Amino acid sequence: MQGTDSSRTASHDRRTVTSWLLGTGVAASLASFFYPVARFLNPPQVAEAAVNEVDAGKVQDLKPNSGKIVKFGNKPALLVRVNDTEWKAFSAVCTHLNCTVQYQDARREIWCACHNGTYDLNGRVISGPPPKPLEELAVKFRGDEVVISRRA
Amino acid sequence: MGNNLSSTEFKAKTLDWLDERTGWRMVRDLMDHKVVPIHAGTKWYYFGGITLFLFGVQIFTGVLLLLYYRPTVAEAFDSVRFLMTRVEFGWLIRSIHSWSANLLILSAFIHMFSVVFTHAYRRPRELTWLSGIVLLGLLLGFGFSGYLLPWNQISYFATKVGTDVAGTMPVAGPTLSRFLRGGEDVGGATLTRFFDFHVIILPLIAFGLVGLHVLLVQKHGMSTPSDIPPEKVAQMKFFPNFFLRELVVWYGVLAVLGTLAAIFPWELGEKADPFASAPAGIRPEWYFLAQFYTLKLIPSHVWILEGELLGLFGFGALAAGWVLLPFWAAGRHKLASGVGVFLICYLAAFTFLGYVK
Ligand code: HEM
Ligand code: FES
Repeated sequence: MQGTDSSRTASHDRRTVTSWLLGTGVAASLASFFYPVARFLNPPQVAEAAVNEVDAGKVQDLKPNSGKIVKFGNKPALLVRVNDTEWKAFSAVCTHLNCTVQYQDARREIWCACHNGTYDLNGRVISGPPPKPLEELAVKFRGDEVVISRRA
Repeated sequence: MGNNLSSTEFKAKTLDWLDERTGWRMVRDLMDHKVVPIHAGTKWYYFGGITLFLFGVQIFTGVLLLLYYRPTVAEAFDSVRFLMTRVEFGWLIRSIHSWSANLLILSAFIHMFSVVFTHAYRRPRELTWLSGIVLLGLLLGFGFSGYLLPWNQISYFATKVGTDVAGTMPVAGPTLSRFLRGGEDVGGATLTRFFDFHVIILPLIAFGLVGLHVLLVQKHGMSTPSDIPPEKVAQMKFFPNFFLRELVVWYGVLAVLGTLAAIFPWELGEKADPFASAPAGIRPEWYFLAQFYTLKLIPSHVWILEGELLGLFGFGALAAGWVLLPFWAAGRHKLASGVGVFLICYLAAFTFLGYVK
């Protein structure tokens, strides 16, 4: 095919414009296909039932110098009976990487098995990788029931 | 005419007919021409094949496990227990799947390091190396996602920690951790997702990549050591000479696998309880132990950085350097070997420490 110079550039320009339109059109449609997929992968926020207070069992069920895990909403909490009269409660979620901590009666410490983190009975880090103290919860009594609540 | 056709003629005609329609002779010709160099390092060529074989074992046993496994928090643990105690040879199939997963990762590591020490990553095999690295990453993903499936205490907490480490990454961390967990915490949604990763997503990607990897190996032929001129290297035909040897090796691997699986049946442990303390002695699978132990050693704060973040940056930089090895190692093969030795020492030492401490 022969053509004058100007007609050749014109058809060239036309082609550039067409492929640009086609390219952006396809890109935009692809984006519109995959955007919903990307959003779909992201799990929706489920409203957490706000728990401020839970019943943690009877006083006489926990011996002095021992601890137990109780459900605090959908997270675990650690209730410790330090001695006859003194009680402590913490969020049992280790501040390092989220494992559930436990009370160690022999050493009177709170211990995390995952990376050997230890906390004292005020929730402060004694050793290991945890960066922050455990969140402390309040302990109250209602008759012979122990009640744990979020501290104001 | 048909009745005086001899059987050899008949066979030739049939094969011609088939070739005209499928082009199968092309494959035969390829196999005819494939050769394997013979030299001191020839034995290392077996490890790619062993990895492929064990991958096949995973697919076979995995598909069998799927007949009984149920991916929900309520049923997962009990379905695996049912499989192990009531289904005939269920314990064996599960034990083989678990042992084979571990041997698979081991042989993939051996395969990778043999590529480093024989400098087989050299031009034009950079993409073969890259596809191999991605495959190794996928295998680790298989291991990590499969570990959670029985829903026992150890795997539950290992997954909590693993997904939390991902969450400490800057910028994308929280999104990634939510994406992996399917929510804020490890729970039923995580199990569903990990099941999907383990039996659909990862296998689909892995099939494609294994195909690409093997195709590239076929295209380039086996590499020869850099210190021997290629024309001086003796060759053996791949088919049948090397192939039969490889079959014997596979048979041996199968024997080892069967023995391990039968003598040391894989344990199930206790059902995961999100409201129990993390059990003592918790640790991930051995191939994550080196990272795990490094995490244990890093203090919570270094200068202004959080400990995990520092560890993550360290691992990230190391991994990036390793992935790009063919691109910086050209002409520096001694350095590449040195880095390989260093990496093996680090992995071996820290895996050991992670195991005993
Ligand atoms: C298409 C291929 C695969 C399928 C269909 C499959 C399927 C399964 C199923 C149903 C389970 C749960 C049963 C159980 O816990 O024993 C499982 C567990 C597991 N899989 Fe796979 N799998 C495949 C490939 C792999 C690969 C390539 C690996 C390794 C890198 C792997 C590693 C594991 C591990 C470590 C477990 C946990 C074993 C345990 O603790 O019992 N799987 N797999
Ligand atoms: S999660 Fe508790 S010390 Fe790491």
